[in-house]
Amino acid sequence: MATVSTSGQSHDMGLHTEKLTNRTQQRFFDAGESANLTYAWAPEVDTNKVGTLDCEGMDATAINIRIRELMTEGCGTINLSNPGSMHGLCVGILSRLQLNVTGSLGYFGCGLIDGPNVNISGRVGWSCGENMMAGTIIVQKNAGSTFGAAIRGGDLVCRGDVGSRTGIDQKGGTIIVGGKTGAFTGFMMQRGRMIILGDAGINLGDSMYDGTIYVGGKIEGLGVDAVPADLNDLDRKWLKSKLDLYGMEAPNGIDNIQKIVAGKQLWNYDNLEPSEKKLVL
Amino acid sequence: MCGIAGLIHKKAGGANIGQEMTDMLQALKHRGPDSTGYALYGSPISNYIMRINLAEQADTKKGFDVASQLQSRNDLVDARMAELGANVAKKENSTSYALRYEVSFDGDLKNLIDYIEDIEGVEVMSCGNGLELIKDLGDAAVVSAQYGINSFQGSHAIGHTRMATESDVDIRSAHPYWAYPFADVSVVHNGQLTNYWTNRRALERLGNRFNSNCDSELIAVYIANRISEGDDLEKAMRRSVEDLDGVFTYLVATSDSLGMAKDVMAAKPMVIYESDDFIALASEEVSIRKIFDHDIDTFDPYEGEVRVWQL
Repeated sequence: MATVSTSGQSHDMGLHTEKLTNRTQQRFFDAGESANLTYAWAPEVDTNKVGTLDCEGMDATAINIRIRELMTEGCGTINLSNPGSMHGLCVGILSRLQLNVTGSLGYFGCGLIDGPNVNISGRVGWSCGENMMAGTIIVQKNAGSTFGAAIRGGDLVCRGDVGSRTGIDQKGGTIIVGGKTGAFTGFMMQRGRMIILGDAGINLGDSMYDGTIYVGGKIEGLGVDAVPADLNDLDRKWLKSKLDLYGMEAPNGIDNIQKIVAGKQLWNYDNLEPSEKKLVL
Repeated sequence: MCGIAGLIHKKAGGANIGQEMTDMLQALKHRGPDSTGYALYGSPISNYIMRINLAEQADTKKGFDVASQLQSRNDLVDARMAELGANVAKKENSTSYALRYEVSFDGDLKNLIDYIEDIEGVEVMSCGNGLELIKDLGDAAVVSAQYGINSFQGSHAIGHTRMATESDVDIRSAHPYWAYPFADVSVVHNGQLTNYWTNRRALERLGNRFNSNCDSELIAVYIANRISEGDDLEKAMRRSVEDLDGVFTYLVATSDSLGMAKDVMAAKPMVIYESDDFIALASEEVSIRKIFDHDIDTFDPYEGEVRVWQL
């Protein structure tokens, strides 16, 4: 497998004025890090106090308000049932909470959350966990497209297959997919890590700036500026700890996981005119 | 944005697909409230079922002589059918402008339809032995009440709720589109086609007719053209994924099959539920859930994917 190289036409021409080599999150990567699963300073909640919420006949706004009311009443655990694939549920939860969803969510489920641990027994629609800051979301079945769009922290896990553009614009945290993922996975990814245990579709990691994508299955095609890299011991250690945490396994073993990173040939932090940029790209 | 939905009952006798499709489309109303359309497939009969529109809804609300104008168009349709030897077995109207004919006819169907559409303002929306194509302005509840759809029994159906982006809010730009002149073939589409005019010019030169400026009509005409060139439905659909540019997910139904295709960018949503005797597809799972009172397992098709289910 090829090693990552930052040299290329534009670099050979000496056009870049800024030194970019080694400027990557890999330098401050610690295999034991918690990746914002929760904040140490977040107030403790009483997880033994359980609130229940049956969504039958309620609309999304009323359900989200009811979740907040239960949290205000001191419930550290909420069991939510009959969500009926409704859109925009369980969003904007900004503290510790154990939320157990029995059923499936629609679009934008658990978006903008900052700290809760969510378990969803069914499926999720498009943009689950979008803009999540911290916490964990575990989806037991399949997920739609743009799974974990722009997440900044926390762990987002789908045990089934996900749609296209998984982790688009990811800025941190970890996305773990047990099955397949579609086209443009990791599109414009900026930071964070993604583990796809199954196959990945075309244009994987297209236009990624930084971050790492690990793929356990076949890759149909790499996107512009996504390049393979060699797995190192730190990667293996981290992969094992993450997969063990969620009881998941790489189908061909951790050693056969492919690692994809940014080639950084499209990085153009320089003083070039747009017409000159076209020449070097 | 638009919402699309489709369903097939494989078990004999079918089901109340009118009510099921109305529930599915009403759940997708937030994706487009401008117009709603149905292509429902009942038990095939020997006669042709023709759905004919005499005017746009907006045109029937102005002008002092509008009623007599509609009547004269109606008379002209009847006269031209008689002239070409089409015997009207049954004639109904749900609104002042929407007619449903049952016609026995042995001649060239395309010829008959061209002759009827030659009358100003008249459009043949569909023709087939089992296909009932109904489309009008408003949401699913409004349209189903207007046309009495909720008790319709049949085997499969596709439907559409429209948010107009590329053309006007009127009935001729509403979906589904019938793949003129092929009996029982209909199309619904969610997305935008960016090479509409290139393809339209080419298809028009081959003699195909376009009734609207809606980009989605292109898919119906494209499929019809490919079928006339000898392709089967699946082959035509696979080819369309390469030939049509833009973002789209569309459904095609024929007398005995239902197919879906998704563009190579996978930009438009689709969720599929599959069991041994029932298949449902929709832009959002919340629509499919209207048929079930319990949780279901669904999945998203991937980029460039084409699937065809046989009845």
